[in-house]
Amino acid sequence: MVSRKSFYLLVILLACAGLGMTVYNHVVMGVPFTPGEKRQIWSIEAKMEFTATGKPVIASMAIAGTQKGFTLLSRTAASPGYGLAFIEKDGAERAEWSIRTAAGRQRLYYQVDMLVDPSARAAVPASPPPVARDFDREPYATAMAQILERAQERSADPYTLTREIIKEMENQAQNAELLKGYMSRARLIARLLTSADVPARVVYALMLEDGRRRQELTEYLQVFKDNDYELFNPQTGIQGQPDNMLLWEYNSAPLLDITGGRNSRVTFSMIEQKQPVSVALAQKQDLSDRLNISIHGLPLEEQALFKGLLLIPIGVVILVFLRLIIGIKTSGTFMPVLIAMAFIQTQLITGLVGFVLIVGSGLVIRSYLSRLNLLLVARISAVIIMVIMMIGIFSAVAFKLGLTDGMKITFFPMIILAWTIERMSILWEEEGPREVVKQGGGSLLAAVIAYLAMDSSLIRHLTFNFLGLQLVLMAAVLLLGNYTGYKLSELKRFKPLVDELNTGRNGL
Amino acid sequence: MLFLEKYTWPWHLSRAGILGMNRRNHSYISRYNPRRLYPLVDDKLKTKRIAMASGVAVPELIGTISEQHAVQRIADMVNDRPGFCIKPARGSGGRGIVVIVRQQEGFYFKPNGKPETAQDLERHASNILAGLYSLGGKPDTMIVENLIHFDDVFAGYSFEGVPDTRVIIFKGFPVMAMMRLSTSASGGKANLHQGAVGVGLCLRTGRALRAVQFNRPVQHHPDTGLDLFKLQVPSWDTLLRLAASCYEMSGLGYIGTDLVLDKQLGPLLLELNARPGLSIQIANGRGLLPNLRTVEQLEERRMTVAQRIEFAKQHFGVFDRNLITLT
Repeated sequence: MVSRKSFYLLVILLACAGLGMTVYNHVVMGVPFTPGEKRQIWSIEAKMEFTATGKPVIASMAIAGTQKGFTLLSRTAASPGYGLAFIEKDGAERAEWSIRTAAGRQRLYYQVDMLVDPSARAAVPASPPPVARDFDREPYATAMAQILERAQERSADPYTLTREIIKEMENQAQNAELLKGYMSRARLIARLLTSADVPARVVYALMLEDGRRRQELTEYLQVFKDNDYELFNPQTGIQGQPDNMLLWEYNSAPLLDITGGRNSRVTFSMIEQKQPVSVALAQKQDLSDRLNISIHGLPLEEQALFKGLLLIPIGVVILVFLRLIIGIKTSGTFMPVLIAMAFIQTQLITGLVGFVLIVGSGLVIRSYLSRLNLLLVARISAVIIMVIMMIGIFSAVAFKLGLTDGMKITFFPMIILAWTIERMSILWEEEGPREVVKQGGGSLLAAVIAYLAMDSSLIRHLTFNFLGLQLVLMAAVLLLGNYTGYKLSELKRFKPLVDELNTGRNGL
Repeated sequence: MLFLEKYTWPWHLSRAGILGMNRRNHSYISRYNPRRLYPLVDDKLKTKRIAMASGVAVPELIGTISEQHAVQRIADMVNDRPGFCIKPARGSGGRGIVVIVRQQEGFYFKPNGKPETAQDLERHASNILAGLYSLGGKPDTMIVENLIHFDDVFAGYSFEGVPDTRVIIFKGFPVMAMMRLSTSASGGKANLHQGAVGVGLCLRTGRALRAVQFNRPVQHHPDTGLDLFKLQVPSWDTLLRLAASCYEMSGLGYIGTDLVLDKQLGPLLLELNARPGLSIQIANGRGLLPNLRTVEQLEERRMTVAQRIEFAKQHFGVFDRNLITLT
């Protein structure tokens, strides 16, 4: 016999592993614990317009990928006549359209679905751009030097330097006014940082707001400190990335690069969608094909099958509990779980009525069969055929009466029903109808309890999305298998006895 | 709370030393009964064979039927027997047992006087063979045994059935005993939950301690009105020896032995049960656990059957003297 210590160790290990997987799924993969939660998905459409000059056209556009806060779910492009390729260059993906000849105003569409996902990270971490010194013309060079000098005095590191530069541009209004005509504010700050040997660049970001159309990208500052970076609003100096901001171009590449066209511009429109977690998760899993053992990776049909299978352990645990702790008598060890599975298909009331109808009329016919003196296997087979005929008749009658729900009794497991009828019938002959009602009622009660648990959307959600819970259920069953205390039914059974003992009487 | 009044608290049970189903299965049956030995007790035919081999007295075997085509042989088999008993070899809980007390003009009469035809018996036989009464519906063998003529001492104590004595043997020690008397409520069956009367027996003397029916104390047999407290099992020592020797015979540590007292042959072993029920505690008005623990705390040394019985009588007995010597 395995020692108690190693048994409890196994139980604790199972429970910990299961809970660990569950927490991992929740925290890292972002699977919520409740099914009602919805996930925010942004559908963003980029419209690129340019005038083609009649020559071959290559239009290349920076596109947003999975990044901090957002997971890319799907992308589509609508661009009649154009060839489209996604090209990766230096870790940055770009969409490239090409056509042999085009003339006039061209419109190319690119649509992307982004899942708001706090756990998302860019596949390739952002790397600092090379610090390249450019020389500035006067009088700009002097103005820039003045700003930088003051800011450097008051700063300690790249981030504080950035803040100070932005503050200094407010203080030295004259210089700022002068430099405004030289280059955009974000570029200017980036240039200043670069000349102070701080890697920095301008990135293009999209502020997400539901239902907005014809939006343009805004410039943002990305300042590096070693391998980390921070984003700064070049206007206000506020540090950090706002929740509703999606980086569109963040690789020091041009947003648009068109040969064979001019007057180009990109505008964005976006809508916000709320999707149930399951849908969002399924889409997310479709994309991540790394070592991710999850049912979401299976085809939809198999997923549906697993959804049912993963519920069985819940029913089984409940049955173990009812039998070992409560002491409910059921006919057939796990028959109630199978009946509960059928209830899931039929719905409770229809299922109950169907079950009682079939088993009840089955018992009547079975009592006739018992007089025919048949061998057991043949008799059970006869009962199976009878059950199938009854199900057929009940379905047909229900359909005629307009009760479409009645059709669903075909979901009952016929063999199990036949055996139930057989057992009940023998029970009836040997122990009387009382015991039949007791065990049949016990089975039905267990089935209904198991059904209520298995049908709860919360439990369905949990078992399907957190495979680790199966290990926890396993641990629970192992623990229950070790329970040596009294059953609830025994508290009743032995009550007269202990009452007598407590009152000091023994016997009469 | 009327509903709650039907229930007691678990600590009341544990203070009374009541053995519960879970603890019985976990700490006694699965710990002391090796699985491989189960077939010996689950199959009454095998039990009979090992009992005969080790000199334990059993009811006489008339014959067995294990093939469907042989069921017509029943009539021939029991031709010269006035009474006999048909049993499934692997039945449980007394299911599938038919007792015939006499034959007359081709009819076989049950204890309640109901006649059965040879055809009825054949149908019953094929049910047994098909596994209707066996665990898991496995094909079974039918046993035909000679009818037991139970001791006159028990006349009037049992309604239609054979009064049998159940002794729980734990590691070879008798730890509790009771008598099961069938009633009209139990339909001649000796199962307490069906309404049979359970009479707790003193292990030292075989005297009745108390009697219960449907979990409630009774003093008189509900059908015959006899005073149950006057009951004393004769040949008690022989019976205990027979029961305790089943430990060596079967190798099972926790068994229920079912014995009957035949008028001529004395105590006979009817069957062994590797999962004996818990009602014996109600019949005795005490829990099994104290006795089981006493035996478990004994140091491991081989004791003879006589020594074990002596130990059990000393520690688990209630009355000092026999009823007969009193009156």
